[in-house]
Amino acid sequence: MADAHAAEHEHGSGGATYVKIAVVLFVLTALEVLLYEVCYGESMTGLASLGASLEPYFVELLLLLSAFKFWFVAMFYMHLKFDMKLLSWLFTFSLVIASVVILALLALFTYNRGLWWPGGLW
Amino acid sequence: MATTVLDPAHAGTRSRSVLVEWLTTVDHKKIGIMYGASAFVFFLIGGLEALLIRAQLAGPNKDLISPEFYNQLFTMHGTTMIFLAVMPLSAMFFNFFIPLQIGARDVAFPRLNAMSLWVFLLGGIFLNASFIWGAPNGGWFGYAPLSGRQYSPGVNMDFWVIGLQILGIASLAAGVNFFTTILNMRARGMTLMRMPMFTWSTLVTQVLVLLSFPVITVALIYLMVDRVFGTGFFVPAAGGDPMLWQHLFWVFGHPEVYILILPAFGIISEILPVFSRKPLFGYSAMVFSMAFIAFLGFGVWSHHMFSTGMGPLADSFFSLATMLIAIPTGVKIFNWIGTIWGGSIQLRTPMYFALGFIAMFIMGGLSGVMHSVAPADLQQTDSYFVVAHFHYVLFGGSIFAITAGAYYWWPKMFGRMLDEGIGKAHFWLMLTGFNLTFFPMHFAGLLGMPRRIYTYPGGLGFDTYNLLATVGAFVLAVSILVFMWNVVRTWRRPADAPADPWGGATLEWAIPSPPQEWNFTEEPVVSGKDELWTLKRAAGVRTLPEPARSDGRGIHLPGPSWWPLIVAIGILLFMVGFMLPRPWAFPFGPVGLVGFVITLVGIFKWAYEPPDAHATPH
Amino acid sequence: MTSTTATLAGHDGHAAEAHHTSLPIENRKLAIWVFIASECMFFATLISTFLIYRGQSLKGPLPADIFEVPLVTAGTAVLLFSSFFVVMALNGAQEGNRRKLITWLSLTVFCGVFFAGMQVYEFSHFYHEGLGYSTNLFSASFYTLTGFHGAHVTMGTLWLATLLKDAIKGDLPAGKALNLEIAALYWHFVDVVWIIIFPVVYLMSLRS
Repeated sequence: MADAHAAEHEHGSGGATYVKIAVVLFVLTALEVLLYEVCYGESMTGLASLGASLEPYFVELLLLLSAFKFWFVAMFYMHLKFDMKLLSWLFTFSLVIASVVILALLALFTYNRGLWWPGGLW
Repeated sequence: MATTVLDPAHAGTRSRSVLVEWLTTVDHKKIGIMYGASAFVFFLIGGLEALLIRAQLAGPNKDLISPEFYNQLFTMHGTTMIFLAVMPLSAMFFNFFIPLQIGARDVAFPRLNAMSLWVFLLGGIFLNASFIWGAPNGGWFGYAPLSGRQYSPGVNMDFWVIGLQILGIASLAAGVNFFTTILNMRARGMTLMRMPMFTWSTLVTQVLVLLSFPVITVALIYLMVDRVFGTGFFVPAAGGDPMLWQHLFWVFGHPEVYILILPAFGIISEILPVFSRKPLFGYSAMVFSMAFIAFLGFGVWSHHMFSTGMGPLADSFFSLATMLIAIPTGVKIFNWIGTIWGGSIQLRTPMYFALGFIAMFIMGGLSGVMHSVAPADLQQTDSYFVVAHFHYVLFGGSIFAITAGAYYWWPKMFGRMLDEGIGKAHFWLMLTGFNLTFFPMHFAGLLGMPRRIYTYPGGLGFDTYNLLATVGAFVLAVSILVFMWNVVRTWRRPADAPADPWGGATLEWAIPSPPQEWNFTEEPVVSGKDELWTLKRAAGVRTLPEPARSDGRGIHLPGPSWWPLIVAIGILLFMVGFMLPRPWAFPFGPVGLVGFVITLVGIFKWAYEPPDAHATPH
Repeated sequence: MTSTTATLAGHDGHAAEAHHTSLPIENRKLAIWVFIASECMFFATLISTFLIYRGQSLKGPLPADIFEVPLVTAGTAVLLFSSFFVVMALNGAQEGNRRKLITWLSLTVFCGVFFAGMQVYEFSHFYHEGLGYSTNLFSASFYTLTGFHGAHVTMGTLWLATLLKDAIKGDLPAGKALNLEIAALYWHFVDVVWIIIFPVVYLMSLRS
């Protein structure tokens, strides 16, 4: 086990990397809030035209930003990038099943309400 | 042959009473036996409920029991057989044989294993205690809004919701434990593709448990807060959608039926090669088809809901996905037959039940394929045809396989062979009784007899079928009595079963029967599939020399602990707190609070308990 | 409820440590990952329900009437930082640097307490605005989802606080860093769940 830990450090998952990731996460969160404010908030009326052009893709952009955050935490803070492949497979497999179940349930219910992809889904 | 063995539990400086020994044990074999014994008692209770149901339905217009009690009986029969009989009977084999098959001295987390047992046992007793106040009466899948407060105002469904929640905790804890054990505690040299098929089936089953039980946990939470706090998750008047319950239930429920049948597949895949004197046909195809079944199991849940009007697109998707499952299942059946083909078949009792399993499971599987056709299913759903179908897979499948496993592994578990003559009588009675009970139900169902009906008028054409089914149910009951007689009779004989009575291929047959507390005096090293056969072939013998018992000196085993039992009691009290009337109820009431404190304190004490606080000197 | 099993799995298995393992990973670390995989389905179900019941409430208050971006953004930031703090603490533990371990771990625990406090404040604020648990479908699915997330945060904080106590007593040397590693993995998972909840539950529901 000591070897595994040594390997981790060699791969540079040390303090400096962690700080960088923290900054990235903070920036991405700020972008999420900013995106909301630009599209729907009242404080950014100066960017109304930008908001209008981003608004149709609000949900997609938001999900993309949080997917990045998810990825960074899983890969670096949870060490998946440096750890056994098995753990990544385990996590990915359950995430795939979970996502498929979420999407299937949403599709079933929106379809039942007379709406269909993608408008009804979000 | 060295038979002088110091049982460490008695050799310790302070002798512990037998009761304390079993209450605090973390030995996977003792835990397995307790799973088996308690599950068998629940199986008998569930069977008794079935007999009452069949007696009521023996003829038209009977009122042997009240309609209200009838509802309780079929609800508790289903719930008991699934959660308190078949699942824990499989767990008995997981517990006893997974460490033995992979060459380990125990599971990865022995105390967590004990906790699973106690939570299961307390949950089972809790569910059955409901008969005192009014047992669950809303069907085993508890469809909302019938199971909500408006239509089920009594405590009946509270028992069901909370009982299932408790049992779920036990299953999830066991799922984490066995998944970790199988991946990480294998003997040196035992790669994944060298594992025995029963171990594979256990691993795949745990994946299903881990990914499906959280869904029912959430669904039960919703139902519970609907009932306790008046939320409207499944209450149409509040905008809630009862369909959500159905979907969540079956997202769990379909993987659940594979949780019930995959261990049976594993048991059969162990028995057929041994009694055909031939390695399993198509090992890797067996592994991959099982994994494929499990994976598909998450994408077919709505075939339980064709009659709810999901629309043609959803119906088509779930029809096709369901039909796909016939492929890997067909592969398995083909491979089982391929295993027997050309083998030197030894017709011992386990083999009888294994062959019976194949025939009965094929019949259940065929009616299953019929259900996958949505338009046909609309005719069959909620009729006795469905009852016939799932008893063919659950009784003809799971119970036949579990019985086969019981005869096969009994000598290893208890050191005694079950009687072959009585065993074969048991088989023929069970096969006859089973088919007499459930085969006529196909016809009753197609003639339009709805399931769960309290009684029926005469002259609709299913009087005879019902009478036959009732007679069959009592024949089945006799076959179970024959099994119990077999156990009692052989129990009086000396425990002199050899280590390897059947000529087995897997590691559990390399150690004495019953195994010593530490299983393997020397940790085994494996060089291929069917390790024992490889060794026998190399030595040119049919049976390896009887393994010597050892004194276990120098082997470190985890010590017994009270905390698993205490935490289980805490969890039970905490959960019960939700269903009590005020002022005893959970949020501020004493019972749930006491349960919470016991659980929390128990976990801390457990976490800081020295690993061998009570370890016996070796 | 399920977090109970995590804690149990997390601290159990002393006996197994001495045992050889088939994979180059400790039992407890593998177990916590297996548990996390299972928890994915738990939160997936809760999130599905929230989304399915979006726009289905028969009466208010609705998300747009009640959510406040600054407060929940603060909570989100705190939880993200705590993930950073706990990896630093783990780094300290693995290096055997007790001072570093205690400093960062204290900060992590503080963040956990802050987040839980934020949620208590938020819930009581919503309650006073007229959003009880059974008010409408939004409130029921929102409180259940975020409430169970909050319960996970609370359990995780308790777990980390216990380890902090160990660290202060000098009971968490480099050889026992695994104790913190598995707690940290659980903590990060609770964080990534919030990474999903924040946009999906808060920002997306705020659109009028």
